[in-house]
Amino acid sequence: MKIRTFFYTIEQGVIGVLRNKWFTVATVATISACLFVFGIFSTIAVNVAYIVKNAEQNVSVTVFFDEGISDERIEEIGELIGRRSEVGRYELITAEEAWEDFSEVLGEYADSFTENPLENCANYQIYLNDVTKQSQLVSYLDGVEGIRKINKSDFTADTLTGINMVLVYVFIGIILILFAVSIFLINNTVTMGISVRKEEITIMKYVGATDFFVRAPFVFEAMIIGLIGAAIPMWLLYYLYGIATNLINEKFAFLSFLTFLPAWDIFVYLIPFSLCIGVGIGFVGSFFTVHKHLRV
Amino acid sequence: MAETKRKRRETEANNISDYAIYLENVCKTFSDGVPALSDINLKVKHGEFVFIVGVSGAGKSTLIKLLLRELKADSGTIYVNGFNLMNIKHGRIPKFRRTLGVVFQDFRLLKDRNVYENVAFAQRVAQKSEREIRRNVPGILSLVGLAGKYKAKPKQLAGGEQQRVALARALVNQPKLLLADEPTGNLDLFNTAEIMRLLETVNENGTTVVVVTHNDKLVNDMKKRVVTIKQGMIVSDDENGGYFDED
Repeated sequence: MKIRTFFYTIEQGVIGVLRNKWFTVATVATISACLFVFGIFSTIAVNVAYIVKNAEQNVSVTVFFDEGISDERIEEIGELIGRRSEVGRYELITAEEAWEDFSEVLGEYADSFTENPLENCANYQIYLNDVTKQSQLVSYLDGVEGIRKINKSDFTADTLTGINMVLVYVFIGIILILFAVSIFLINNTVTMGISVRKEEITIMKYVGATDFFVRAPFVFEAMIIGLIGAAIPMWLLYYLYGIATNLINEKFAFLSFLTFLPAWDIFVYLIPFSLCIGVGIGFVGSFFTVHKHLRV
Repeated sequence: MAETKRKRRETEANNISDYAIYLENVCKTFSDGVPALSDINLKVKHGEFVFIVGVSGAGKSTLIKLLLRELKADSGTIYVNGFNLMNIKHGRIPKFRRTLGVVFQDFRLLKDRNVYENVAFAQRVAQKSEREIRRNVPGILSLVGLAGKYKAKPKQLAGGEQQRVALARALVNQPKLLLADEPTGNLDLFNTAEIMRLLETVNENGTTVVVVTHNDKLVNDMKKRVVTIKQGMIVSDDENGGYFDED
């Protein structure tokens, strides 16, 4: 491609965006609306997944030891636990630490105890990477020598696992549907916008324009429109996300257990993804639509 | 034997290069089976001025589409400006079309561009530099009498003026052949005369001109070669011919 043609393409693409105002507005609006809905849902999905993940990480399995177990064996058990892939982190709570915590709860009543009543209550608190693997870990721990008792919450683990699975399928389904609808709507708008300019394409071909020369400005124009159409909802969502999360945290104290992802953690992926979709759909839609009219 | 064949091919090639348009036994049938053109033989030498006439539906526009390679003939031989249109690849068609100028009855101007840009577009397509465009476009607009209206959009111009813009666009790349499909069909008498005068000037400057029309007065006044098509066949081909519109 000659430099002259390159600049001509850029110039005509930009002029096309400004010249065909209704096409530009209609296409930008369609892309923006689709990607806005897509963005809202993705943001919610990512946050729900994050909240569930947080909840999962607070589910712990507690392991108590046989009476009179040596400190060395406790350390060995700790090493065995640490080697397991399903374990996120674990910590040893000694009998003294357990009593210290509990005596804070008891207050002045704790003074009546002369000995540590939790002498045999040293334990490991184990937090999982993935709550679905709780039963796998428990069956392993059952076979480890020196372990007397394992406390776990099957209900919490099963509920979270269930929620997680449902959310994964529902969100993937909805996002795919939204994505497909967005592409269909955007492509239709681009196709219609270019089809009404069929005569313009025909004239260009009659005077000897190559397919590339005709197509390039249209494609570039559609890519600019796609970029604008994707940038608007992303900017808006980024702005609204901050307001929404602040509002929930400040005004709805009973929802304080909800921990939202920082905006940037979401939008660092969502923005480039949406911009690529906008530009990509502009490119693909216009490329094939113009192609249909090039056989003159 | 091989020598004879080679000589025959060379002679044929020399013959073809003498002509702007060379059609031999050309047939075209539409997809619904209706024959559009049958056994067309037409040779137009460089520098000629030819009218192609016939009633509506006779096959004139199909012939123009074949000459533009908008349509491909079913059989026969078609050479235009030395390009073999029966074998030309899709990628070479733009190069071929740059050797032509085309004018249509409905002008076919880019509505959102002004007069200057419409004419300059043909130069841009032909990869001319901005300097050349700035030099050539005003010159051709002067020739068609529109130098003062270069900023006007097509809808701000009268029909005759729009056709002159189309003519300027067709001529700006100095084509060897100018095809005009009913160029005066939407014009009044004054503008018709003006366009025909311009076409004659273009022809006098060396460009082959082929005008498709069914305007008998125009044809009879001009005293040029007239090729008459009837029901898809050439029924007459007369130097200084005449025509009676049967429509």
